[in-house]
Amino acid sequence: MMRAAIKGAMLAACLLIAVAVPARAALEADFKAAYAAAEAAEKEAGALRNQWITAEAQLKAAKQAADKGDFDTATASAREAEALAKASIFQATSEKERWKDAEIH
Amino acid sequence: MRARFAISLASAVLLLGAFAVIVRAAPGADAVDPAADAKAFRDYFVKRFPNVKLEDFVNGPYSMNEDMRRQWQEKEEFPPYEFALEAGKEMFSKPFKNGKTYADCFENGGIGIRQNYPYFDAKEGEVITLELALNRCREANGEAPLSYVKDDMASLTAYMAFTSRGKPFDIKIPNDPRALAAYENGKRYFYTRRGQLNFSCASCHVQSPGERLRAETLAPALGILNAMPIYRSEWAGMGTISRRFVTCNSQTRAVPEEPQSEDYRDLEYFLSYVSNGLPVAGPGARP
Repeated sequence: MMRAAIKGAMLAACLLIAVAVPARAALEADFKAAYAAAEAAEKEAGALRNQWITAEAQLKAAKQAADKGDFDTATASAREAEALAKASIFQATSEKERWKDAEIH
Repeated sequence: MRARFAISLASAVLLLGAFAVIVRAAPGADAVDPAADAKAFRDYFVKRFPNVKLEDFVNGPYSMNEDMRRQWQEKEEFPPYEFALEAGKEMFSKPFKNGKTYADCFENGGIGIRQNYPYFDAKEGEVITLELALNRCREANGEAPLSYVKDDMASLTAYMAFTSRGKPFDIKIPNDPRALAAYENGKRYFYTRRGQLNFSCASCHVQSPGERLRAETLAPALGILNAMPIYRSEWAGMGTISRRFVTCNSQTRAVPEEPQSEDYRDLEYFLSYVSNGLPVAGPGARP
């Protein structure tokens, strides 16, 4: 009876591990993809000399959350960083000529 | 028939010639004309603030708000930048390890020359600000450069500005395409929106001088550098032009450039040039 209970518990634990490990690996993979995309966008903004403090802060927050193993938070921060970086790229690109509209003549 | 053809041909040639002359004479939309810019810049502020005397624009928010002006005038009886002035004077006259001093690096021994900075150095092909010149002087004499945003640099420039008080800004743009490009780059930087808040320098200092941004009254761009460096109550200390630019960028949530970057020096060149004729009023005090 006792032996059966132990076997049951071990089986349940194995099943849990078998499900949890790939799920964690998938979360980490999602984070890595989101972080790489955010970094690439921020690098492009840097080349345009138009990075935003908030994009940098979100990138840092993503890294810190990932280091703690919190990949949900890390991925969300990385996606926010990418969105901010893309907005800064749009700003820099559109301002290339638009600044002239504000000039005093 | 031949005569008519010849007349038509001649007319066409004349028309084309006239067109070419007109096109050449008309300034292109992107032509760089610093003198015209400076006049337009000054006219804009004079027209917008008809009750402000031209030389008073250098007093920033105090030229815009009578209550603030009274508080400032009382504060000037014991100015908060006085300690920096004394420290700057001492630093300025203290010899480097090689026995030379700052005075050896500047014309007129560095006294009464603030109004000539920044200038375009044709040999180096770049804009030289007073802060940069001070650090180059140090390095040429075997000393480590000072931080562009900390007290020592602010003290030195405060003393040099004080010895130049009242002298009109006299920034020159030589007829050199590189100097014109630097000026134009500074102008572009001034009007370009940046940061998550989507502000340009002009958003605050051209479009909104005299308005409040939280507790601050915004200063007009005309003469905005004439009172630098400044003691800012908000900073509880002195600040250089570099510090001001870095802080402005951060406030719009833009990653600031390195102090004395090419963009910042060009920006200083542009802003100083359009304030030509207005007196040096540094060091100043601001809320």
